[in-house]
Amino acid sequence: MGSEGQVIAAANTSFGGVISYLTSGSHWHGSTGFLDRIIQHLQYSAETLLIAVAIGLPLGLLSGHTGRGGAVLSMLSNASRALPTLGLLTLFAILIGVGLEAAVIPLVFLAVPSILVNTYVGIRDVDRSLVDAARGMGLRPWQVLLRIEIPVALPLIVLGLRTAALQVVSTATIAAFVGLGGLGRYIIDGQASRNFAELGAGAILVAAFAIATESIFLVCQRFLVSPGVRARTS
Amino acid sequence: MIRFERVTKRYADGTLAVDDLSFECADGEITVLVGTSGCGKTTSLRMINRLVDPTSGTILVGGEDVTKSDPAVLRRNMGYVIQHGGLFPHRTVIDNIATVPRLLGASRAKARARAYDLLALVGLSESMAKRYPYQLSGGQQQRVGVARALAADPPVLLMDEPFSAVDPVVRGELQHELQRLQAQLHKTIVFVTHDIDEAVKLGDKIAVMQVGGHLVQFDTPERILARPENDFVESFVGTDRGIRWLSFFAAKGLELRIPATIETTTSADEARRIARDASTDWLLALDAERHPLGWLEVAALNGGASIDLAGLRSLGHTFRPDDDSLRAALDATVLSPAGVAVAVDDQGSVVGVADHDEVTRAIRAASGRA
Amino acid sequence: MALLTGIQPGALTFHFHKVSDWAWVTSHIGYFWQLSRTHLYLAFVAVAIGLVLALPLGCLAARVPRIYPPILAVTTMLYSLPSLAVIAFLASSVTGLSDTTVILPLATYGLAVLVRSVTEGLNNVPNEVSIAATAMGYRSMRRLVTIELPAAVPVIIAGLRVATVSSISLVTVGSLIGIGGLGQLFIAGENTDFPTEIIAGLVIVAMWALIFDGLFLLSGRILAPWARRAR
Repeated sequence: MGSEGQVIAAANTSFGGVISYLTSGSHWHGSTGFLDRIIQHLQYSAETLLIAVAIGLPLGLLSGHTGRGGAVLSMLSNASRALPTLGLLTLFAILIGVGLEAAVIPLVFLAVPSILVNTYVGIRDVDRSLVDAARGMGLRPWQVLLRIEIPVALPLIVLGLRTAALQVVSTATIAAFVGLGGLGRYIIDGQASRNFAELGAGAILVAAFAIATESIFLVCQRFLVSPGVRARTS
Repeated sequence: MIRFERVTKRYADGTLAVDDLSFECADGEITVLVGTSGCGKTTSLRMINRLVDPTSGTILVGGEDVTKSDPAVLRRNMGYVIQHGGLFPHRTVIDNIATVPRLLGASRAKARARAYDLLALVGLSESMAKRYPYQLSGGQQQRVGVARALAADPPVLLMDEPFSAVDPVVRGELQHELQRLQAQLHKTIVFVTHDIDEAVKLGDKIAVMQVGGHLVQFDTPERILARPENDFVESFVGTDRGIRWLSFFAAKGLELRIPATIETTTSADEARRIARDASTDWLLALDAERHPLGWLEVAALNGGASIDLAGLRSLGHTFRPDDDSLRAALDATVLSPAGVAVAVDDQGSVVGVADHDEVTRAIRAASGRA
Repeated sequence: MALLTGIQPGALTFHFHKVSDWAWVTSHIGYFWQLSRTHLYLAFVAVAIGLVLALPLGCLAARVPRIYPPILAVTTMLYSLPSLAVIAFLASSVTGLSDTTVILPLATYGLAVLVRSVTEGLNNVPNEVSIAATAMGYRSMRRLVTIELPAAVPVIIAGLRVATVSSISLVTVGSLIGIGGLGQLFIAGENTDFPTEIIAGLVIVAMWALIFDGLFLLSGRILAPWARRAR
């Protein structure tokens, strides 16, 4: 009971502590400052997302267009959901060595299924009669894919990208535990040194980062998806 | 001109979709492929633009074997209209129509200009141009589909049950539009439907197909109605084929006589006198422009001094001898309480009447010719 | 591109480790079981809370379609918050280092998934079924509970499977701030440079996920034998 009271007491004073930690100017600058870590987090997230897209998008398009591989995708998606991020990160950290390289593989592995599955489903869901009409008018297969299937599947494709992006941001946060920089560091360090203010500040920064990412993708969706398609899927 | 020479399509699992099909679609005509589900009509259509390739036999378009052409190039020269339109949801109506011209290399401006022309041609207003397909009704979508197919001015138009997904009223309008367009454009049209009435209405030639891909009869609509090849065609054509066949005969040849008429101002006594003089039980009431108002039954004129205009019996409908068929005339006589069909001109003024006997005489003359 | 230039060909060297120390595994079965109990307790409480909240919300959203988009927006926004961040924030300011800190975010994620399942499951019940039930004299509430929800069971179970597997996986994050479960194996394994422990953790978590996924699948078949899903 006593320790619980202690924790709650600490919590009550901590929120104020968190805010002051966040707003303290010195914390924003320097190599362990917020700005640097935000940029790091952004870099790692963006780059791994690009790799995941480079792998997942073409495969998803191919799979959706030809209609094959649905079962494999389903299994991949389940595996990705069931295997804990932390486990994969620590495993690779030990086997390959703490740092950047070790984190990349789990990061990409966890992000790819979202892109793959959503792209696959998006393309599969395109009305077959549209494809038929397009072919009947004289569009070649790649033209059908590019000009008809992708634009119509775009809501789901962008959803896949958005989900993957959030996955990457989340995983990158945890990856701070195995040596990757970024905003997760505040959480890990804060926990280690029992500095609840730092812990909380890190949490808020990560949350803000995630919300910003989500918002950017939502805005992109609004601009990329044709109003004619948006209406059908809403 | 499109020619099928002994075309067969057999699928990998052994199903015979099309069996030794041979026929010819003349230039500038509408050829309708009609039959129940599974008779191979759609497969046959799709072999023309190579969405399906035949197992054996040849299909010639304008004398050229279709399998010798690049499918995409072949298709850009043919219009293709399907059920539900197949409009691209992510493009505006105008961009949908402009698709093939753009594919063929036209600039966006030129393609759009052409698209606007076509929009007008199919009877849609300019305000539709910037809308998206989801904002259009079924009938409007189909019109856009037809416009899109005509955009590159192809000589051939392939239509796969294009009007099946809309309600009967809209379907009638679309069929009428097609006839109007065809009168103007004279395309070679191959039209697939399961509806024999649509086939009879639109087709210059009809190919009746049976399950298994056989061509059972290839003939004009009149001959299919008058002389079905076998029991299958007869049952497929359905009941009342004699009456429906009458729609191919013009009412122009009917001998019309002048009816006994009264005006709105005629008194009851006067009416009775006219009826007695003409030895008729029925009088046709006309207004000042000689438009027919209804039939007056003389026996119903009891003691009254004036005619009860509200008591006039309905005409049913009138017919126009210049435009209508014997079927319309016959129908008018059936509906008329006097057993007499009223013929009117373009302005709606009565030009004469024809009774059952006269119509029957005309029918007999027509069927004698068949 | 820091990432790509950071990876040198030589850097991806495999550090030789004894990856499978079977003896260690067999001697720690009891430990795994103890961790599993805490772990599964956390996961299931979270999913249960999520379901309990999702059912009324989902029913409401199916009845009053207008409130579905805002509900969806809020739950999606909450879902997008990285688990570690939420856990850390709660630990720092609100609930400290207790079970609730882990259960709360997981329940929220479960809610996000399940409210969508419930609503869409209900919306997918063919209109004719509801109308027929009403015509037979069912009142709204009873119809909902006895006709429509059961019909929506396949979709809800599908959502439960996703929520459960995700929860079981996410509980591991709690170990980063010391809150209990199989995630411990990853932390300890990393600290002591002992891959066997990590692999054991991965295998066990995946195993539980598979078991419960299968159980839900089976109960779905039993509860709703009419739904032969061809997916």
